[in-house]
Amino acid sequence: MSVRHALLALLSDGPKYGLQLRQEFESRTGEVWPLNVGQVYTTLQRLERDGFVESEGSGGPQNVFTITTTGTDELAVWLRTPPDVVPPPRDELVIKVLVAIGVPGVDLPELLQVHRRRMVEAMQEYTHVKGEMAEDDVELGLVVDSELFRIEAIVRWLDAADARLKQLAARPARTPAPAPRIGRARTGNRR
Amino acid sequence: MNAVVELRAVSMVYGSGPTEVHALRDVDLSVQAGELVAVMGPSGSGKSTLLTIAGTLEEPSEGEVRIGDRDVSRLSRNDRARLRRRSIGYVFQDFNLIPGLTAVENVALPLELDGVRVRAARAAALEALARLDLAGRADRYPDELSGGESQRVAIARAVVGDRRLLLADEPTGALDSVNGEAVMRLVRTACRDGVAGVVVTHDAQLASWADRVVFLRDGRVVDQTAPRPGPESLLTPGAKP
Repeated sequence: MSVRHALLALLSDGPKYGLQLRQEFESRTGEVWPLNVGQVYTTLQRLERDGFVESEGSGGPQNVFTITTTGTDELAVWLRTPPDVVPPPRDELVIKVLVAIGVPGVDLPELLQVHRRRMVEAMQEYTHVKGEMAEDDVELGLVVDSELFRIEAIVRWLDAADARLKQLAARPARTPAPAPRIGRARTGNRR
Repeated sequence: MNAVVELRAVSMVYGSGPTEVHALRDVDLSVQAGELVAVMGPSGSGKSTLLTIAGTLEEPSEGEVRIGDRDVSRLSRNDRARLRRRSIGYVFQDFNLIPGLTAVENVALPLELDGVRVRAARAAALEALARLDLAGRADRYPDELSGGESQRVAIARAVVGDRRLLLADEPTGALDSVNGEAVMRLVRTACRDGVAGVVVTHDAQLASWADRVVFLRDGRVVDQTAPRPGPESLLTPGAKP
């Protein structure tokens, strides 16, 4: 998550003090991402160095920060840049399940269920937060929804894995797949 | 603790011989007043069978179903029908409202069928609709209601009067996420007010509204979630969500 750009966003509606920025950051993100004061000032110094903000005052907590035109342009570009959707190089859960297929004595449906239960329990906790929060708390609602959809995707993958592994169980014996015969497959398969 | 509904070693077999299908195998499930339980499983896992048996719409091949403190198999056909009318409310994915009746008439219908006078049934139905913020839609017909409103009317019908058990089969399946969430808030509120709720679903988001999630696979209960830890373990400062 970019603290730099979040601070630029907070400065876009007017000049602010560092402490004020920290408070607004936490309240706008549903108080889910705590931010320490040191982090706020370090980031503001870098933004100033890069010409995205200007400061005025006697230094430290007394300084008021203002976004520059360059800062406003940078914010507009950042808001419209899609996040990186490339999957992580190694998804731990996928690796665990793939590896488990070859481990003797592992009950695969039971293994998937262990993970499914934990994921649904996490969803229950987030949904409980949503159920208890004020219905007009849009910020917290957005954060909780995003986590719920993320975890739900894992549960759906586990369900799909369950269905695929049923096919594996129905397969008579595990034989190594023949090496693909590139270029000959089309004529070879025709009868 | 008094269970509103209890399934004891319930099995359900359809057909016989080579076409025999075991829809449920040795299922135990107990739901208390005030508790919302979700039964989660893939298609064909026995969820809907479990719901029809809990709702006394079908009799199990083996095992016992108790509603309140009564063994359903010992009741006469009439007593069972009365129990269904008075104590159990059903909510389905496609709402199942009667098209020729207004919202308030739909909600009042189960009471009238049970012998409550028309005026008293209407008053109770209006009150149930008002609790779900639908007082202004009482005289509308189902085709004049949105999907979300229709499902709220169905919930009002399911909890009107003295119903103690709310059974729902994929209640948010036909709704978008905002209306689905509103429906689950209402189901949860009904349970907080003392109704025992059972929701069957394959949808983890919907299931996560429940106090307890029971997992069904090939007709067997294979697992359930642990009670929620408290205080909140996820959204505490410093914790990565």
